Amino acid sequence: MYTILDKKVLSPGVKQIVVSAPLIARKARPGEFVILRVDENGERIPLTIADFDRQAGTVTLIFQEVGATTRRLGRLETGDALSDLAGPLGKPTHIEKMGTVVCVGGGIGIAPIYPIARGMKEAGNRVISILGARTRELLILEQEMKAVSDLVYVTTDDGSYGRRGLVTDVLKELLDSGEPIAEVVAVGPVVMMRAVAETTRPYGVKTVVSLNPIMVDGTGMCGGCRVSVGGQTKFACVDGPEFDGHQVDFAGLMARQRMYAEREKYADNQTYQKEGGCRCRH
Amino acid sequence: MPALRQPMPEQPAAERVRNFGEVALGYTEEQALLEASRCLQCKAAPCRTGCPVEVDIPAFIALIRQGQYGAAANKIKEKNSLPAICGRVCPQETQCESHCVLGKKGAPVAIGRLERFVADVQRHAGGSTPPTLSRNGRRVAIVGSGPAGLTCAGDLALAGYDVTVFEALHQPGGVLVYGIPEFRLPKAIVQAEIDYIRRLGVRIETNVVIGKTLSVDDLFAEGYQAVFIGSGAGAPQFMNIPGENLNGVYSANEFLTRVNLMKAYRFPEHPTPVYIGKKAAVIGGGNVAMDAARTALRLGAETVWLVYRRSEAEMPARREEIEHAKEEGIIFKLLTNPIKINGTAQGWVDGLECLQMELGEPDASGRRSPVPVAGSNFILPADTVIMAIGNTPNPLIPQTTPGLVVTRKGTIVTDDQGLTSRPNVYAGGDIVTGAATVISAMGAGKRAAKAIRAALGY
Repeated sequence: MYTILDKKVLSPGVKQIVVSAPLIARKARPGEFVILRVDENGERIPLTIADFDRQAGTVTLIFQEVGATTRRLGRLETGDALSDLAGPLGKPTHIEKMGTVVCVGGGIGIAPIYPIARGMKEAGNRVISILGARTRELLILEQEMKAVSDLVYVTTDDGSYGRRGLVTDVLKELLDSGEPIAEVVAVGPVVMMRAVAETTRPYGVKTVVSLNPIMVDGTGMCGGCRVSVGGQTKFACVDGPEFDGHQVDFAGLMARQRMYAEREKYADNQTYQKEGGCRCRH
Repeated sequence: MPALRQPMPEQPAAERVRNFGEVALGYTEEQALLEASRCLQCKAAPCRTGCPVEVDIPAFIALIRQGQYGAAANKIKEKNSLPAICGRVCPQETQCESHCVLGKKGAPVAIGRLERFVADVQRHAGGSTPPTLSRNGRRVAIVGSGPAGLTCAGDLALAGYDVTVFEALHQPGGVLVYGIPEFRLPKAIVQAEIDYIRRLGVRIETNVVIGKTLSVDDLFAEGYQAVFIGSGAGAPQFMNIPGENLNGVYSANEFLTRVNLMKAYRFPEHPTPVYIGKKAAVIGGGNVAMDAARTALRLGAETVWLVYRRSEAEMPARREEIEHAKEEGIIFKLLTNPIKINGTAQGWVDGLECLQMELGEPDASGRRSPVPVAGSNFILPADTVIMAIGNTPNPLIPQTTPGLVVTRKGTIVTDDQGLTSRPNVYAGGDIVTGAATVISAMGAGKRAAKAIRAALGY
């Protein structure tokens, strides 16, 4: 059973669960993801692995409650179990000693960037992290990121914490500072990843982004997660989820993510009405 | 002796396009007895030579005549653990029934329908009791719980092996649950057949992706003495024409998985969504294309075109499926080749541009190859496009299994018993042959089980 051993609320609507999954923990590497079902009849959804503990046999997942399924997931408590959990899926992040690596995490994207930053640090890189959030209370994993980074910058849209502005403002200054940057890794909302890729493009700095398109099986069988990269169709689940940010067709990706927008809203409202209660009760 | 083959009772076309209930309703006892009485009980039994798993067809039909339906089902199960499935989805017309002596002058005995009848009677009576088995202590791992894997597992369990099946999805059955629609193969029946395999002592571990969660070498390290790979055809093919990534374009795999495995037709009670517009175009001419087209109709599409670049004579789909699709109102656009998918500014499909084709000289497959008619471009005003043009093997296992030899197309190379280039690693089904039929996958599972028994000595 995929029992939840620990649960934390990281910020409003963002939760962290530690799940018992010894087989997955044994193989997990930074950048990989899992597919889960909350309950019988449940939808299959992908979540990037935020952390893993091979000894304890657990994986850590961090998610934002954005629809019917993530809201149901958010209602599970310590001691409850997920119906299904499969993984680790996708290709792991390419980690080696390169020099200075900048890790950019936006919003919930800070969760998957954490094991990548840690891996980059362990491989001997100088790790500079830039964390972005809309406002102070939505910033997650700041202490964890500090522990695995040489330098951490924080930006908030409203200036309530760190620097007011966007992650790309800091990134541009770093690029202009003359410090040689071997690679930028960015995980966050699609608009942020696109902005990061556009910021680094003129400097010719390699930029890796982690995509989160709609998936069903997660093993290459359905092709629902296809995305155009360098003019070629790739399946994010088996060819990715990480790709060269300078080659990704972000506009196409954003259109595909809206495919079920109306239905998702409908399902979410149904869940809300049927199960009742305030959506922000946790 | 009645000269006429008993027709299959069916839901009327106008009714069935509004539900996901089974189309073919099955013989009544009276029909089954009449049909069984047509069998000549030939000593040579040519029908058996047409069956990939060598079911003793005359013997089970003789038992039907005696009214011993349970015994008839058990007779089939000596060779085939999944008779309710095979009775529904096997292409009997090109296998057992094509060898029936009666077929030379009239219609062959409806062997598949009789197989289905006895399997259904037995299931309704509570199923069969598995034989008592003595265990031999040998452990075998099976990768994939589709028809090849289940058959191999069932045969090895019957021989006393300790068998574990690893399935990547959350539910066992492979293509039987994610691919073939409810109206052709009800999932409760697949479930019952899988329960029988479990009662033989087979363990099924879901959510284990071999090649990711565990490798083939991990399985040997954990003490399995042989591994059978029946992981299926895997990855969907697209045409590589402009517009394929627009919203409203599906692979048949995705479309059917959402509807069959995830039950999107019962949204939002089952929260997986599926999009279906008013006008759907399904590209392809095989059984999967027919399944996708008929599913689109049941989901509420007002017009469904089946777009195929050759003529009806070249269609690989079963005749019965083609007839059912036509009866239900699927519009066949034959000798038609899509060249481009048009989209709206918001990124949704709003048309399929096609070229008219004509048949030219026979190609490598022996079929006359279609050639475009210059200037014949036209647009089908489709808002949903489903690609059902085949699958390529999933590379996860070959990529993570050192020494496993694959062909240029990515299928696993085996000898005629299913042994791969790696000792004690066997493979069978679509991962070896490319997309084929349920029964040929079962035949491969059976041959591999026999080879494993010979190799491990029980």
